[in-house]
Amino acid sequence: MTSNRRSFLASSAAMAAFATLPTSTLAASKIKLGSVLDTSGIFDAYGKPMDMAMRLAVSEINASGGLNGQMIDISAYDTQSDMALYSQYGQKLVREDKVDVVHGGILSASREAIRQTMRKSKTLYFYNVLYEGGVCDRNIFINGVTPAQQVEALIPHAMGRSGKKVYILAADYNYGQITANWIRKYVADNGGEIVGLDFFPLDVADFGSTIAKIQKAAPDLVVAPLVGGAHLSFFRQWAAAGMKDKIPLASTTLGVGNEHKVLTAEEGNGIMVAYNYSQELDTPVNAAFKKKWADAYGDDTNYHEIAVSNYQGVMMWAEAVRQAGSVNRDDVIAALETGLSIEGPGGKITVDPKTHHATLDVHIMEFENQGMKVLETLPQRAPIDTQAVCDLQANPDDNTQYEIQI
Amino acid sequence: MDYVAVISVEVVYAVASLVLISAGLAIVFGMMKVINLAHGEFMMMGGYATITAVNYGVNIFVAMLVVAPIVVGLIGLVVERLVIRHLYGRLVDTMLATWGLSLLFIGLATMIFGNTTTGISTPIPGFTVGGYQINGYNFFIILVSIVLLVSMYAVLKGTRLGLVARGAMQNPEMAAALGYSPDKIYMATFFAGSALSGLAGAVLAPLVGLVPTSGGAYIAKAFITVIAGGPSLIAGLMSSAGLFGLVNQLFTFTVSPVMGEVALLIAAVILLRLLPQGVTARFFKGKM
Repeated sequence: MTSNRRSFLASSAAMAAFATLPTSTLAASKIKLGSVLDTSGIFDAYGKPMDMAMRLAVSEINASGGLNGQMIDISAYDTQSDMALYSQYGQKLVREDKVDVVHGGILSASREAIRQTMRKSKTLYFYNVLYEGGVCDRNIFINGVTPAQQVEALIPHAMGRSGKKVYILAADYNYGQITANWIRKYVADNGGEIVGLDFFPLDVADFGSTIAKIQKAAPDLVVAPLVGGAHLSFFRQWAAAGMKDKIPLASTTLGVGNEHKVLTAEEGNGIMVAYNYSQELDTPVNAAFKKKWADAYGDDTNYHEIAVSNYQGVMMWAEAVRQAGSVNRDDVIAALETGLSIEGPGGKITVDPKTHHATLDVHIMEFENQGMKVLETLPQRAPIDTQAVCDLQANPDDNTQYEIQI
Repeated sequence: MDYVAVISVEVVYAVASLVLISAGLAIVFGMMKVINLAHGEFMMMGGYATITAVNYGVNIFVAMLVVAPIVVGLIGLVVERLVIRHLYGRLVDTMLATWGLSLLFIGLATMIFGNTTTGISTPIPGFTVGGYQINGYNFFIILVSIVLLVSMYAVLKGTRLGLVARGAMQNPEMAAALGYSPDKIYMATFFAGSALSGLAGAVLAPLVGLVPTSGGAYIAKAFITVIAGGPSLIAGLMSSAGLFGLVNQLFTFTVSPVMGEVALLIAAVILLRLLPQGVTARFFKGKM
């Protein structure tokens, strides 16, 4: 028995040595990009296009000769919408694959599951999704919009088109709570008042009584940071009650998962949103991006805000590697911290050295015939929410997700 | 005054939708003692059947009221023949088997329809009550629930078929001795229960964004309503749906939607503490 176990241990140790040797020699010739995304399971509507966007960016870089003469190799794992798999594959990427950078994570829970692994192993990490803000960690770069960036742009515009009295309907978890606080702040700053605020658990799908309550409060505007399939019912029931043409709607979430293509034109038309990206953006970079996407994936037009964020994240990292002349983590961070910027499909995007978040263009849009028509572009909005709590230049060792007090 | 009218409509609507989502389960669980954990998925399939039929150009009312119940009823029939009929009288085993079925149906729906939200618009426009807009579709749901309850009562009480079915549920050996095959009766009853679940899913489909996992949202409420209702099928359904709908909406209007859901569950806990066999074990005894 003991001899068995000993020989097994010896042989597996030998195998492990064999397995690691060739990869470490290979790593010198190729740059390794790790990706962890939910490309199956309940979040695959987000993860699949993100994965496609990442592959598009990498093949584009490789086709143009790679980075500093080196090709990029992808190590991608499907986390199957299971948070436990993030820690597992995160470990695998840094220990076995020994990647130079990791792009990935969708929900905030998935980001927090791998952030510390990346930090401890000194593996540069990019999180390219819109989220609730507040992460302060020198090892991470974040390329999505945060609530203040969206709300700061959306609220004055929406109030200008409707009126001062605002009713808020928000999803009942940290994103919804935080966003509702920002909405409250900007409504007050713009001289408005909140006439009602309701939070909904993610599985609530019946909004009949809420619609009656809203009418009793008689607001000029309803702002709805609602999340997920069940909450989509609100927009449908709102239209079915004939409210759509009586009180205007704005949202900070609708459209991220291409919901404007699920709602009919009659249900969606006129809803106001603010994001970094719309397929209808009329810029040369976006036109080129759409063409590249069509060449790679045919008539699949499921790409959305966070897929484009992921594309921009990979491109931002690539630009930093070019500037630094290496994939060494500290060199790349130094290059990014110079306030590097790239021109992406969503507009110019710049690293904010203080927070490692992104300063980017926010476009105010309106749903029109199942598309998102761009009404106004507010260029280069800084991540003011995270800036209020995070300064990585003063505290480079910070490693916290702050709850921002407003 | 208008606001009171609007609230009343919402309360009646909440009761009606509880009746609707619980009716199929009441038959399958209440009559046949099969714990059907795939009840929510039967509803989800009713929703998809409706949306698919509408996309193929079928009139939406035909799709909801005819196509969906038949499609889901037939799926139920297959399930009964392959799985459920081997498990009659084995309460816990039906739970495990139907839970597996529910996972299977979610997987199949994801493969066929994808994991993205789909839906159709409501076919009935909203209208005005005083200064308020009401969803006209609410009245359709209320109407469907009333027709459903009346026809269930008529079939069970008024027809020979209903009498035989009730007899077979109470005492299958006696029914067999009198020349009726309990096997066939169970099969037909399960078909009816599945069809009603399909109908519920279909009628609610225009109000929601449908995903393959939508069934999960209904299953808890359906079981609570059926169990709190107790042994009488229709009286139980009406009394527990009436009570929970009222409690839910009152708290939703006076406090918040979250408290509405909480109040419903607390009401269910208190009710089952006081009346562990359900409402109709003490009141309306011996009624249908």
